[in-house]
Amino acid sequence: MTGKPKLALYWAASCGGCEIAVLGIDERILKVAEAFDIVFWPCVLDGKVRSIEKMADKEIELCLFNGAIRTSEQEYMARLLRQKSKVLVAFGSCAHEGCIPGLGNVATREEIFQISYHDTPSTVNPEGTRPQAETEVAEGTLYLPHFYDTVKTLGQTVEVDYYLPGCPPEPERIWDALTAILTGALPPPGAVIGAQTTVCDECPRTREEKKIKEFKRTWEIIPDPEVCLLEQGIICCGIATRDGCGALCPTVGSPCIGCYGPNEGVQDFGARMMTALASVIDSDDPQEIESIISRGIPDPIGSFYRFSLAHGQLRRCALPLEADTLDATKAA
Amino acid sequence: MSDTFEPKIVAFLCNWCSYRAADLAGTSRIKYEPNVRIIRVMCSGRVDPTFVLKAFSLGADGVMIAGCHPGECHYLEQNYKAMRRYYMLRHTLRSMGMEDDRLRLQWASAAEGVQLAAAINEMIEQVRALGPLNWSANWHENGRRLEALGRLAQEHAEAMEVPA
Amino acid sequence: MNRISIDPITRLEGHGKIDIFLNEDGEVANAYLQVPELRGFERFCVGRQAEDMPNITDRICGVCPEAHHMASTKALDALFHVDPPPAAKKLRELFYSIFFATDHTTHFYALAGPDFVLGPDSPAMERNILGVIKKVGMDVAGKVLKMRHDGHHLIKMIGGRPVHPNWGLPGGVSRGITEEQRLEIEKLGREAVDFARFSLQLFNDIVLANKGYVDLITGGIYTHQTYNMGTVDQNNHVNFYDGMIRVVGPDGKEHAKYHPKDYADYVAERVEPWSYLKFPYLKKVGWKGFVDGVDSGVYKATPLSRLNAADGMATPLAQEEYERMYATLGGKPVHHTLATHWARLVELLYATEHWVELATDPEITSPNFRVLPTEKPDEGVGEVEAPRGTLTHHYWSDERGILTKVNLIVGTTNNNAAINMSVKKAAQGLIHKGTVVKEGLLNTIEMAFRAYDPCMACATHTLPGQMPLEVTLRTPDGEVIDSFQQHLD
Repeated sequence: MTGKPKLALYWAASCGGCEIAVLGIDERILKVAEAFDIVFWPCVLDGKVRSIEKMADKEIELCLFNGAIRTSEQEYMARLLRQKSKVLVAFGSCAHEGCIPGLGNVATREEIFQISYHDTPSTVNPEGTRPQAETEVAEGTLYLPHFYDTVKTLGQTVEVDYYLPGCPPEPERIWDALTAILTGALPPPGAVIGAQTTVCDECPRTREEKKIKEFKRTWEIIPDPEVCLLEQGIICCGIATRDGCGALCPTVGSPCIGCYGPNEGVQDFGARMMTALASVIDSDDPQEIESIISRGIPDPIGSFYRFSLAHGQLRRCALPLEADTLDATKAA
Repeated sequence: MSDTFEPKIVAFLCNWCSYRAADLAGTSRIKYEPNVRIIRVMCSGRVDPTFVLKAFSLGADGVMIAGCHPGECHYLEQNYKAMRRYYMLRHTLRSMGMEDDRLRLQWASAAEGVQLAAAINEMIEQVRALGPLNWSANWHENGRRLEALGRLAQEHAEAMEVPA
Repeated sequence: MNRISIDPITRLEGHGKIDIFLNEDGEVANAYLQVPELRGFERFCVGRQAEDMPNITDRICGVCPEAHHMASTKALDALFHVDPPPAAKKLRELFYSIFFATDHTTHFYALAGPDFVLGPDSPAMERNILGVIKKVGMDVAGKVLKMRHDGHHLIKMIGGRPVHPNWGLPGGVSRGITEEQRLEIEKLGREAVDFARFSLQLFNDIVLANKGYVDLITGGIYTHQTYNMGTVDQNNHVNFYDGMIRVVGPDGKEHAKYHPKDYADYVAERVEPWSYLKFPYLKKVGWKGFVDGVDSGVYKATPLSRLNAADGMATPLAQEEYERMYATLGGKPVHHTLATHWARLVELLYATEHWVELATDPEITSPNFRVLPTEKPDEGVGEVEAPRGTLTHHYWSDERGILTKVNLIVGTTNNNAAINMSVKKAAQGLIHKGTVVKEGLLNTIEMAFRAYDPCMACATHTLPGQMPLEVTLRTPDGEVIDSFQQHLD
């Protein structure tokens, strides 16, 4: 025991990009290792869950938790780490708003299992085997966690002290946040540690006036590299997205996809996108408006809720009608 | 007490036209069903899509946005904004599995108390036929979640318990 | 039956746990590596815009998003029936080579390094990057940090972001590079080649010069005679970005060579009820269980597999190292799982040499990096070699380019059966009646899966930690027969 404050990093339903981003602070990670005793970081260290279970409540000074919650194991870990940590940070877009795993909320467990384990063309499964919560093998019983119908954000599962947005948060923002936490220069609890403005503020492209007669898919035109992408008809989420990245995607010619989540004060990212795009459609004729929208935005969920579906007011698509009668004895 | 489903409709009415139409319906004793909860806004263009989504998430079975007829908006053109937002919302809500009739855009001038009452009644019947929306039930997990959570602690204790 | 549970496994993609069952004789009856998570990409990508897929599939993995981005972009080319201009392909391949070099560096130094530099049984407290630094000096750490920093810096410069690029389009890429950028890419590439050579020398001095390690590598508990899969160019040389998929048998003879779009004729995926991850196998050979041999459809797709499946490397320095490796290990094919670390370094060298080749190609700064598709999209397959194995994306769409169906076979998935077999064999080789279960023993079992570089590699550093660990052996009645713990204070 070194007496240093304890640090834990954990990942739930995520991709590991947040781990890479943390290490993107380069040599400064050694400063972190100097300041903290890292007790749990399954990606990097060999800590086991049992040792966390045995800690006293709030024994961990700071826990950086990335990933969304979509299995019972992940929810269990969220609750466990909340209990054992003084400060719990929802780190990255998955924990903050669901991110790409949140897109699973267009479907149900049954639909996901059906495709993954039966329907994909390369799956050969004549017995109809599916992952089970408990499997009896010759030697004993094997367990798997329960897979939920709906992805939850960390904040929908336990109380969160701070949010650090981004998919992943850029290393400089991570360092800023760590510094803020260490020096106590923090916003009120429950807040997002981040900029208070949109990506447009840092975007190098020029903006005149946006009057859109037609939305363009990214493969339909080669845009002018100097002019605002939205002005050219390409749906760029920069207008709704919190800044922090420095408009990296528009810099290389791609529209912002919204990975930093909603700007300060915006409750529902998709609603902000809807209202912003509605403002720039250059038509007052109902039929023309409808046609511009349906042709140009064939996937509103993907375009408006790419990262924030689980966090939006509606959280998910409607369950299929048979959902009420989902058999509780079905597989995990 | 009847068990017919009574829809809860939230209606955003603009101060200058549609709210006055509702007032007129009231003072003229024109009846419309009591299922509507009216929220007065200064303009239909004030209605952010967030309000609509929030209403549905909190239990509304239907939402109406009512404003001045095109060309008559007190603030000139903001009802056109409301119209574009309505089409955006409808497009999105459709893809999320919500029926079109649950969201309605209605124009009503201050003199059109009868017409507004009729539109409200029509919407209530349409939504009644669709049944309760109960949107938040979509994200309630079935009972296996709590059972699975409880089992995990036990599983860890069995597999990795350290003796005293 | 008694059970040892290692939960969670660490330094692995996503989550994993190992259950080892012992019979009454104290021998290992079986071992299972379960993957307890699933996200459902094959379902929720249905209904999405095709052009969103490189960005959505980036998030399958944050260590190799570039691999998914590239496979996805190539799938879009096929979906829209559009052929990117030559400059676009070169740019993509340059970007990809830089990424490959960065990723292999990360794995070797952070994951494999400590086991070899310090030894699998070395004190757990030292068996991490700081222990490595202490042993070999701060110079090494500085080089590794620089390599990773440079790599991500260039990935950001070219592809937009250091993690999760946003750059690929059907028909090309969204932006090219300027001459100024090219100069920097070339300079850093030459430094990277030096770094790769340095890494191979390090491996030579620390691992190959140590008889104990050589015995470990060539020993039986880490050896499996399976099929091997990799992508090769028209000269049958290893290529990460494009080519034909080649599968060789345990004897090294070619079993199949096919265009990636025909993958479903050769690979099938099996489901077991105890893991969320499926188990691919060779269709024409068939599934015979978790066993070795020419009659079992189990195959590997790792750096070692790629070298086994190819006839050589496409760049001179890497080719020398390729020949030296096979000469040292007794010829092709090599089935020693731990030799994968060596193969990884040979690939690192190739990636850096190829990086310089492409950075000095006269077309690389061409403004002609994109063409627009003209045909309606319908179906397409895109394939690349991810650092951990062959990666295939298969999309179907309607005429608006909205996806109707998706199939993905991801790098590490290819190796799922082999990883299970490796863990079981290592456990069987190391745990016997009367064995005192120690932490080092468990780590030596973990080395069996670590060689595959399961997708979730940590990056630059493993950090000093106390590695709290406990293992308990209990009878079916719950009575404890043995236990081991450390650093639980």
